[in-house]
Amino acid sequence: MTTHHTSEGPSGPAPRRIGPARIGIYAFLLISALFFLLPLYVMLVTSVKPMAEIREGGLFALPSAVTFEPWIRAWSSACTGLDCRGISPGFWISVKILIPSVIASILIGAITGYALSFWRARGANLLFAALLLGAFLPYQVFIYPLVRIYSATGLFSTIYALVLTHVIFGLPVMTLLFRNYYAGIPIDLFKAARVDGGKFFSIFFRLMLPMSIPMLVVAVILQVTGIWNDFIMGLTFGGLANRPMTVQLTNLVAPTEGEIAYNVNMAATIMTAAVPLIIYFISGRWFVRGIAAGAVKG
Amino acid sequence: MKQRPIRWSVYVGLMPAILIVVFAYLGTMIWTVGISFTDSRMLPAARFAGVNQYIRLFATDRWLTSIQNMVIFGVLMIGISLVLGFLLAVAIDQRVRAEGVLRTVILYPYAMSFIVTGLVWQWILNPTLGIEKTVRGWGFESFRFDWIVGQDTAIYCVVLAGVWHAAGLVMAIMLAGLRGIDPDLWKASRIDGIKPWRFYLHIVIPVLRPSFISATVLLSLGVVKLYDLVLVLTGGGPGFSSDVPAKFVMDYLFQRQNIGLATAAATTLLVTVLCVLTPWLYTEYFRRQTPKG
Repeated sequence: MTTHHTSEGPSGPAPRRIGPARIGIYAFLLISALFFLLPLYVMLVTSVKPMAEIREGGLFALPSAVTFEPWIRAWSSACTGLDCRGISPGFWISVKILIPSVIASILIGAITGYALSFWRARGANLLFAALLLGAFLPYQVFIYPLVRIYSATGLFSTIYALVLTHVIFGLPVMTLLFRNYYAGIPIDLFKAARVDGGKFFSIFFRLMLPMSIPMLVVAVILQVTGIWNDFIMGLTFGGLANRPMTVQLTNLVAPTEGEIAYNVNMAATIMTAAVPLIIYFISGRWFVRGIAAGAVKG
Repeated sequence: MKQRPIRWSVYVGLMPAILIVVFAYLGTMIWTVGISFTDSRMLPAARFAGVNQYIRLFATDRWLTSIQNMVIFGVLMIGISLVLGFLLAVAIDQRVRAEGVLRTVILYPYAMSFIVTGLVWQWILNPTLGIEKTVRGWGFESFRFDWIVGQDTAIYCVVLAGVWHAAGLVMAIMLAGLRGIDPDLWKASRIDGIKPWRFYLHIVIPVLRPSFISATVLLSLGVVKLYDLVLVLTGGGPGFSSDVPAKFVMDYLFQRQNIGLATAAATTLLVTVLCVLTPWLYTEYFRRQTPKG
């Protein structure tokens, strides 16, 4: 039988013998798996084919001569607009946006969640309600005034504008995540810390933050994938100087004159998808927890 | 906890959140709504124009098409993802082999960005490159699969890519729900000789109600915000046949320089979301809330 990774084993009825139902289940799963794998297959296969082979063979044929030249070009010499340094500058810009954004948004979200769950500040419910609404509203409602504010303050097209934007729009989910997590921590622990003379920040940094490591992992997964995959913020606030990798990718694949280098485009696409995919494969179960906890309930 | 005076440090801790809510959310929101009542075009103008922008907005075919597309996308993407995700979870739950591999394969699209999703599907659905060309290459010369270049069908390509992206998420939520069902329920149904499909239909689905709600909320988050996927998959085309509201707003803000119309459209979205959301948020988080401490 299959390997059971966890105690929570399958709960469906035990299989009898190989019957039509069993075959049906496997057929359904197999066809579905092919549907989900198809794009990854197309990307991988096309990215290692020479252009001549793409022209005659179509997108789905296996490569007969594997070449890594498209990968090298995609990384270092393909043109994104007028800039012909490949997708690598975008990669590093994304990294520069990612690291401070992840740290700042998680820290502020955790402090807010902590303040909302343990300290009865006045208007806390109102603040929480406003944050929740913020999670659901379309960015288009906020975007134009933010562009004006960033332009007026000289922040526009800087890394700071993007970090600030990711903090702003990441705050609702991060707050929700930590508020729900802290709701599960016994209040007596907090009371004891207060009796010991703990202050707001000392209780947070010395007691709550170390206790939040499981939730911090979830938050990091959620924010790294979310911020890396962002497009609209990078497009709107990054200007020409700080376009993240997703934005540069769309410029790279935009049809220019001459033949479209599908192999280079697909290699660049894989590179752009690589960071969240690696996180997904490494974190596995935590990723599922992250997406489940991050949005609605803890 | 005994009521003590709240220290100022609590408000210091809450200050970033307060500033963000007041300035970045409320301030910009009011600003956007404000512009929508002026006759601003390229630059914001202070002249009050009443609901003129809204009248123009709802006389714009492109806006009406985009609203219609949002509804089509929302209903189909959420509906199909829920059904497919649930069926996948049930199938995986039948003690199948290679469960871990299947789960991984079904969920990985959710980790990818809409840009990547859109690009890949654009290549696959492209009639001169992808599926159509390949099937014709096998000898079926009259095979047609050109939804992406059809006025009436392009939006269904967006649905297809959306389902590909989201079905795994539903599967993960449903699988967790299935694993949480009391084992005695299964035993009882087996002893009573209830047919599996009836058991799933009449007992499992009602028990999984919270999972269905969570999944629906998660998926609907993306419906109003749908932008990147359309941008790279169809570009809103052919013409404006697969346009969506978020893209309409972005185009009129930054390319067509018609800020009044764009903010009127954004405000319409805002009001729509608030109408749907407020009752749900209230019941979910505030009605049966027991404050700590």
